[in-house]
Amino acid sequence: MSTTLNDIYSVLWVDLRSLRHQWRSVIITSIVTPFLYLLVFGYGLGQSINVGGVSYLTFVIPGIIALTAFSTSFGGAAFKLQVDRFFFKSFDEFLMSPVSFFSIVVGKSLIGVVRGLISSVAILLVGIVLSPTLIVSPLFVLVLLVSCAVFAMFGVLAAFITPTHQGMFVFNSVVVVPMTFLCGTFLSLSGLPQAVNLALYVLPLTPSAQCLRAAALGQPFPWLSFALLLGYGVAFLFGSIFILQKTSV
Amino acid sequence: MGDALKKDLIVIEKLAKSYGDVRAIQELDLRVYAGEIFGFLGPNGAGKTTTIRVLTTLTKPTSGSASINGFDVVKDAIHVKKAIGVVQQHLSLDRDLTLRENMEFHARLHQLGSADRRQRIDELLDYVELEEYADRMIEPLSGGMKRRVAIVCALLHNPKLLFLDEPTVGLDAQGRRRMWDLVRQLNLDGTTIFLTTHYIEEAEALCNRVGIMHHGRLIALGSPLSLREKLGEVVVESLGKESSYRFFDDRASANSYVQTLPPDARTVTIRDSNLEDVFLKLTGQKVDDA
Repeated sequence: MSTTLNDIYSVLWVDLRSLRHQWRSVIITSIVTPFLYLLVFGYGLGQSINVGGVSYLTFVIPGIIALTAFSTSFGGAAFKLQVDRFFFKSFDEFLMSPVSFFSIVVGKSLIGVVRGLISSVAILLVGIVLSPTLIVSPLFVLVLLVSCAVFAMFGVLAAFITPTHQGMFVFNSVVVVPMTFLCGTFLSLSGLPQAVNLALYVLPLTPSAQCLRAAALGQPFPWLSFALLLGYGVAFLFGSIFILQKTSV
Repeated sequence: MGDALKKDLIVIEKLAKSYGDVRAIQELDLRVYAGEIFGFLGPNGAGKTTTIRVLTTLTKPTSGSASINGFDVVKDAIHVKKAIGVVQQHLSLDRDLTLRENMEFHARLHQLGSADRRQRIDELLDYVELEEYADRMIEPLSGGMKRRVAIVCALLHNPKLLFLDEPTVGLDAQGRRRMWDLVRQLNLDGTTIFLTTHYIEEAEALCNRVGIMHHGRLIALGSPLSLREKLGEVVVESLGKESSYRFFDDRASANSYVQTLPPDARTVTIRDSNLEDVFLKLTGQKVDDA
């Protein structure tokens, strides 16, 4: 067990070092887009619209936090891994080391978690100032942590299944961008037809946004959605390990 | 010492690797002995790098088997990984990190404790005379320095066997000579070396034995001298539109042959044969042309 934890930290260590050298650009690229969303969707529209008894600003902030967790955790894990594989070609070093595939996948995911948490907490702090009624409970923190982990593992899986940089751009356009707008981050899904609503649960950002919103607004917590989110995490983890086993020894 | 008395470090039997219809390695049988510098010689696409990828556990063979230090590269991959160090042709260094950080990254991946890490990194930096560059970023370093960094990264866990894939590609003449000195020193210090190269002079300068690969097959195996002896140690090279080569066991025989040539014969050169001649004789092509 301690060897596995050490190995996971060893895999994370190199990405943390890299982050330390580039922290300014990482911070800027991680928070500019969510702040824009907050400004346009939250502050711009937020004062005049009411959703389910709360202001749109209060409604949308947990969605933007979910979106931030998604985009920075996914991107932080996926793009660093792609750089390692195709630009530095240093990913082979992980595969040629005695570190297990489990430790490699978890370790490479954790940099996404770190980056996701940095951005999400920054947005959360601004969100609390804009809308003091938001509840940051232990349950909210737990969902945020789990969301970052699930999205980072999604990023690792995406980096493994896309064979080129171009492939990642395609994945981004076809999967990531639609998720940004469709998964209940900016709009409530309750008004959608049942079939569409169910279909959107195929995308992991939907249960994350739903759980974060419920926890932040003090609504009944959707434990089934949380279980679904955890299920996605397990699927992404073992999917990544399976791909590594299939493509190498 | 005869081959029978030498300890096998690598045993390859009937190894094959295909990518779709392309057969990158075909029925390869080979043994590499502990303590030697073994060279895989051949043009690009001959199967050298694929063989290294199989031996270093990065690629699964299609059929056949390979073992290192008694461990199968597929079934006992973890033990194989502990026994080998690898320097790939493309230098897999993280250019977002300093030299020392790159070394620490490798040391951590190979599960060295913190005291061992510090000691080995300092030792190896001293060994390759790069202490003053230890805390600089990798990117501005010269190609030769980067390659030395990649080698010391591969040595941190004291591997029995070091794979060097085209270790001097892209280096100038001085950098190449320094790299050869380093490889010889590593071997003298007890590391078995398995290198690939398409430079004839590199194989001749460094290797105790060479295997010549062509289209995924091993077409010759032996010491550079024994391969040349089989062919003839002296070659008479007649240059022209279609150059011709005749091989002789000694210079006297070569000189006698030249005397028999008509006075208007094309430009004729008598020289020692080399591994390029061996490759040319076996394949009808030069290494660089193949």
